Amino acid sequence: MALADLTNQPKGRSLQASSGAARTRTITQVIVRAVCFSCAAFSIVATVGIFAILFLESLPFFKAVPIGDFLTGTKWEMMGSTPKYGVLPLVVGTLLITVGSGLVAIPLGLGVGIYLSEYAAPKVRKVLKPALELLAGVPSVVFGYFALSLVTPGLRGGIAWLQEILPTLSPVMPEFRPANAAAGAIVVGFMTLPLVSSLCEDAISSVPKALREAAFGLGCTKSEVIWKVVLPAAISGIVASFILALSRAVGETMAVTIAAGATPQLTFNPGNEIMTMTAQIVNVSKGDVSRGEIRYQSIFAIGLILFLITFAMNMLAQRYVKKMSGRSAS
Amino acid sequence: MSSPAFLQPSRHTKKRRRKDEIFKLVCVFAAIVAVAILATLIYKVFVDGIGRVNLDFLRKSPSQAFPKKAGILSPLLGSIYIMLLTILFVVPVGVAAAIYLEEFTIRKNKLVQFIQLNISNLAGVPSIVFGMLGLSLFYTTMQLGKGILTGALTMSFLVLPMVILVTQEALKAVPKSYREAALALGSTQWQTIRKVVLPRALPGILTGIILAASRAIGETAPLIVVGAVGFVTFNPKGLGDRYTVLPLQILDWIGQPREDFRVAAAAAILVLMALLITLNSIAIFIRARHQSKV
Repeated sequence: MALADLTNQPKGRSLQASSGAARTRTITQVIVRAVCFSCAAFSIVATVGIFAILFLESLPFFKAVPIGDFLTGTKWEMMGSTPKYGVLPLVVGTLLITVGSGLVAIPLGLGVGIYLSEYAAPKVRKVLKPALELLAGVPSVVFGYFALSLVTPGLRGGIAWLQEILPTLSPVMPEFRPANAAAGAIVVGFMTLPLVSSLCEDAISSVPKALREAAFGLGCTKSEVIWKVVLPAAISGIVASFILALSRAVGETMAVTIAAGATPQLTFNPGNEIMTMTAQIVNVSKGDVSRGEIRYQSIFAIGLILFLITFAMNMLAQRYVKKMSGRSAS
Repeated sequence: MSSPAFLQPSRHTKKRRRKDEIFKLVCVFAAIVAVAILATLIYKVFVDGIGRVNLDFLRKSPSQAFPKKAGILSPLLGSIYIMLLTILFVVPVGVAAAIYLEEFTIRKNKLVQFIQLNISNLAGVPSIVFGMLGLSLFYTTMQLGKGILTGALTMSFLVLPMVILVTQEALKAVPKSYREAALALGSTQWQTIRKVVLPRALPGILTGIILAASRAIGETAPLIVVGAVGFVTFNPKGLGDRYTVLPLQILDWIGQPREDFRVAAAAAILVLMALLITLNSIAIFIRARHQSKV
């Protein structure tokens, strides 16, 4: 199919092309088309390559560590005489960060998206949109610094204050360690907020104006129009933005490495130090590792899980996006 | 004096209006919070770091012993090399791929749809996974070492989907009539693309390249996996030299216990953010100029 695709266009021309110049032009055309095609096909090679590498490099690991032990083990300890490679603490760590970041980014992002498309004056939009783009462009390391220098002290101060005014509840309040899951989750939420807001804005502004006008005509207030007409119409795009933001949080690395710590432990307490899958990969990579060592192999096993999770989430989001574009075209 | 009772809004209507007001306030509040986050972040970094930023900070090499004398010359150079090489690698491939997807496929057949879906998916792969691709492919298999070349190649894979997607948008925005006019004058498709479509789409493509450049400067995780180190005092000279980049230097300083290193980290962040804001402003400027011309 690819070859036919490459040549079908200029074929009709070349029959009539008599002069040398015309023939050269046709040949150039075919070559350029082929080069461009191979560049586009390169992206498929990249995806297949990523999957193949993660799979092949982690094979020796699964020979040494049974896959059942890996997936259900509750301890990750690489040091010591009997190293344990149970991925659950890392998965739970990632889950804590992902859920926490969603709690921050989803309501805020949706609010900003609605504000941008329904309420904001053009002048405000002109300032707000570049500001959000800038926020999206802030490097992950900077968010890590922000978590350490402001968010964690803030959380600790907040808890201390709460303990003072509600001393009876203090036993159930979480104690925040210097590195903690909550701070990591909050800053990852800040990072994914612009993604949610811009995708939600796109989804909401693609809802046809006629729908809004009909609802206004029936006497709805603006918030009723938004809640009962616009949001249901844009729901596919909005859901897609949520999934993409969560998927981004799963793969986020530097901010959580700095903010949430490097202690793999199975805990659901947001005040505890945890370790995510990505942080573990970074941790191992910092030392010099080479092929043949089990530590080198272990990060590919973690990478494989990470890839499969985010891949599934992205595919799901794509389906919602497709639903959205399919509908608005009809 | 007041209007007759039947003209007064009912209690139900009043409640609905109040709800409407509250909802609007909630949305405004969300927007204020988003801006406040950005403002606080910039303010905090600025206050912490501005005292340390001067020419010497840019000219000196990092140090793990003397936080007050340490500079960021080698990481800054590392970042710039990585950025330039990445752009060099990624732009030809990315633009060619976008040209194929937008210009050479009249009907979107199954293959094209598959490539398109694949590119969107690739854009969502976590950056660290690209690092592992680089580690296995460029370091372990191709034996390219742990130098700048390996880092830049890895980074090119990472930003490729972004360059393709932005270039596609730029090509889509060129009106069809331009192509029809060129084709009707007897140009081949390639001539049309080269002389008519690409010049017209250039501002959009440049914006994409700048965004890719800022991504390449800010990303850290894949570079750690392919061997960038946190602390390098010499400036990289060749493609195979070990190197560090700004975000990694920041990471190293954040991890140091002494307070002075925190200050140095904040100062380095300030330099990094200044670089990114400059790149972003150039992109916004190009876009604005382009829009006003249309």
